[in-house]
Amino acid sequence: MSADEGIEIFRVESQELLEQIEQGLLDLAHNPGDKELVAMVFRALHTLKGSGAMFGFDALAAFTHHCETAFDRVRKGDVPATKELVTAVLNAMDHMRALAERRIVAAAEGEQLLAALERVVGSAAGGGTAVPVSAGNGTALTDWHLRFTLASDVLVNGTRPLPMLDELRALGPCRITVITDNIPPLDGLVPTECHLGWDVMLTTDQPRSAIEDVFMFVMDDMTLEMTSQAQPDPAAPPEGPSPAAELAMASGDAKTLRPDASVRVPATRLDELMDRVGELVIAQSRLKQIAGASIDMNLRSVAEEIEHLASELRDSMMSVRMVPVVQLFGRFRRLIHDLARDTGKEIELVTEGESTELDKTVIERLADPLVHLIRNAADHGLETAQERRAAGKPALGRITLSARQAGAEVVITVRDDGRGVNRERVRAKAEENGLIVPGTVLSDQELMQLVFQPGFSTAATVTNLSGRGVGMDVVKRTIEGLRGTLELSSPPGEGSVVALRIPLTLAIIDGLLVRVGAARYVIPLSAVEECLELSAEQDHRSAGRSLLTIRGQLVPFIRLHDMFKTAMKPDLYQKIVVISSGADRVGLVVDQILGDHQTVIKPLSPFHAELGTFSGATILGDGSVALILDVGALVAAEAQHNPAQLRAAS
Amino acid sequence: MMSVQNASLNNTAAATAADGGLEVLTFDLGGETFALEAVLVREVLDRSPETYVPGAPEFADAVINFRGRIIPLADLRLAFGLKTSSSSADSRVIVIEFEIDGEAALLGLRADKVYEVTTIADAATEAAPRLGTRWRPDFIRRLAKRNDDIIVLPDLAAIFAARGRADGGVIRLPGHFA
Repeated sequence: MSADEGIEIFRVESQELLEQIEQGLLDLAHNPGDKELVAMVFRALHTLKGSGAMFGFDALAAFTHHCETAFDRVRKGDVPATKELVTAVLNAMDHMRALAERRIVAAAEGEQLLAALERVVGSAAGGGTAVPVSAGNGTALTDWHLRFTLASDVLVNGTRPLPMLDELRALGPCRITVITDNIPPLDGLVPTECHLGWDVMLTTDQPRSAIEDVFMFVMDDMTLEMTSQAQPDPAAPPEGPSPAAELAMASGDAKTLRPDASVRVPATRLDELMDRVGELVIAQSRLKQIAGASIDMNLRSVAEEIEHLASELRDSMMSVRMVPVVQLFGRFRRLIHDLARDTGKEIELVTEGESTELDKTVIERLADPLVHLIRNAADHGLETAQERRAAGKPALGRITLSARQAGAEVVITVRDDGRGVNRERVRAKAEENGLIVPGTVLSDQELMQLVFQPGFSTAATVTNLSGRGVGMDVVKRTIEGLRGTLELSSPPGEGSVVALRIPLTLAIIDGLLVRVGAARYVIPLSAVEECLELSAEQDHRSAGRSLLTIRGQLVPFIRLHDMFKTAMKPDLYQKIVVISSGADRVGLVVDQILGDHQTVIKPLSPFHAELGTFSGATILGDGSVALILDVGALVAAEAQHNPAQLRAAS
Repeated sequence: MMSVQNASLNNTAAATAADGGLEVLTFDLGGETFALEAVLVREVLDRSPETYVPGAPEFADAVINFRGRIIPLADLRLAFGLKTSSSSADSRVIVIEFEIDGEAALLGLRADKVYEVTTIADAATEAAPRLGTRWRPDFIRRLAKRNDDIIVLPDLAAIFAARGRADGGVIRLPGHFA
């Protein structure tokens, strides 16, 4: 493992740990007595400190050490987990994050944070009413039978089993037997792996949690069976539950000790696998063609079976890439916490449909737009507590983040119960910025869409949070880059809602296969509005101006024949595929519409990626390559070319 | 791994065979003999259906399906101003793995004929003369003499960076190239 690789691993790990700590702290703020949460946060802090030191992030390790110490006191029950403490640690976390990313930070800042933490811990301890966190201390001697094996890679990760055994010995007299069943034959033995297990008979007066503490940092990857038997001492009640119950717990523990039996795989490997599956699907469709033309029943039945398997494989492959949106939504709880503090408003975040799944790449790219939408909702949408009370609403403003699947799309909505969109102000602002001509008649939906225009902002004053005039158009662009759409609505008196519709995955799309000359192209079906015939008469009439009238609206069109400089003569009866991007519509003139095509998207090489006309390519059933048209770019290019026509058309 | 090996080869003449020579694949482009390090070559294909990419630079105007991957097809003949005859029974596509703009990529090179894998002794190569060739000197890495024939070792990195434009870097009469 090279140093860079190590640092990269640490970077990923530290992000996860920090996220874990943050979630734990936020949960703790609502539920201060939960000792599980306290232990979880403590464990994550400890791991962060340890790995930080291992990879040379000394400043981080030192700083985290202080937070860990403070939290250790909470864990031991000396200090209650108060809201103030949670806030102090949350603030300290931002500092840790900066250190983990090796950003330049002032040392003084860290000291201030630690001092604040120290004050909170000190006053809370003085305050006296400690929430008892640790379980009672049993004095009865209990016989424990432990049987454990560690993950094979623990040695590589820096865990040493011997000190752990010593810690067990320190708890009371014990008899340790090593289990050698899993040692492979010598030629298969990897010296850096741990193949041993241990069987321990321990007699101690310490509670179960004391034993578990020994394994605290390896618990996630180990198997541990624990059974207890109270010493025959009638005077003292048994410390643990009855042996039978303990046994039942042990089997349960085996599961809970591995909170997620998952494997971390680099995204590039998943992409490779997805590529292979894509190839298989293509090869399978060729087989299907060949089998269809054959009279050999055996071949046909095998081809059918392979078709079945390939489609199942594709579905499972897609599901591997899918992650629940809870990963995404989880990040916003902190955002709301901070927004409430900065705006002085009372805000709660309600999330719905967190188990809805989306492609991992899509999830990552959704984070920034959603942050922006939530900030907008908090800053512009929600009123202050006084205003809300005056309007007869509860003082606590609510932002609801919900996700649900609808066909091949996921709909994510950001809803607030604030004052809603001020239509007059939107119109005034749009007129002021020259987006619309004063007095233009607009439908409600068209008016709302103005908000997503570049350079539009209704915030009367520019705040730190939003209202800098950038943002909503960036949000729109990002969503469209994901081939999604967004819509703002604001039913009177019900706040405002932004709904994002995002395709489930970026890897496979439904496409419309068309022919221009001898070449075939794919148009993403989500962008297709309708297909029409361009009659010879219309064709002739429109020779001078590339405009077409569809139900009374002017729509500019592009002759792909000319644009692609196709050598063949155009067909006599050409077709028009009307595509839309946002409010703009453009017709594409093609020779023939071949039909639907399940399109596996492949990237283009750097030689062709810079063209901008094509967003990728795909392989057709006969093994030839078809290029995928980049609808957004085509429409934008046309709009630049001839803005007046588009304005007229929309 | 293939890409790791190639990474060290892309820009330097480091590929030497055991006897100190360079193992290469020789091929014909418009009547001239060219050679590429054999270690770069993934496969030699018969010419298969090509998909033209409208608007792409002439030097790399098409893509092909190479085992389920879509790879660009480049034509070195354009970089050297050689005649681009239409494909014949001898035409081949040489698939190589190479870094384009910092990313390891597969790409196909059109060839009029593919000869053989052979070893060129270091001593038989020399740097391209600054004068005396009609080609861009930075497109040529070395020239090798063999049996009174001259074999051109092209500098792929320079050619790809220039997108195969034969005119860049050479002073020509104005208006000669658009």
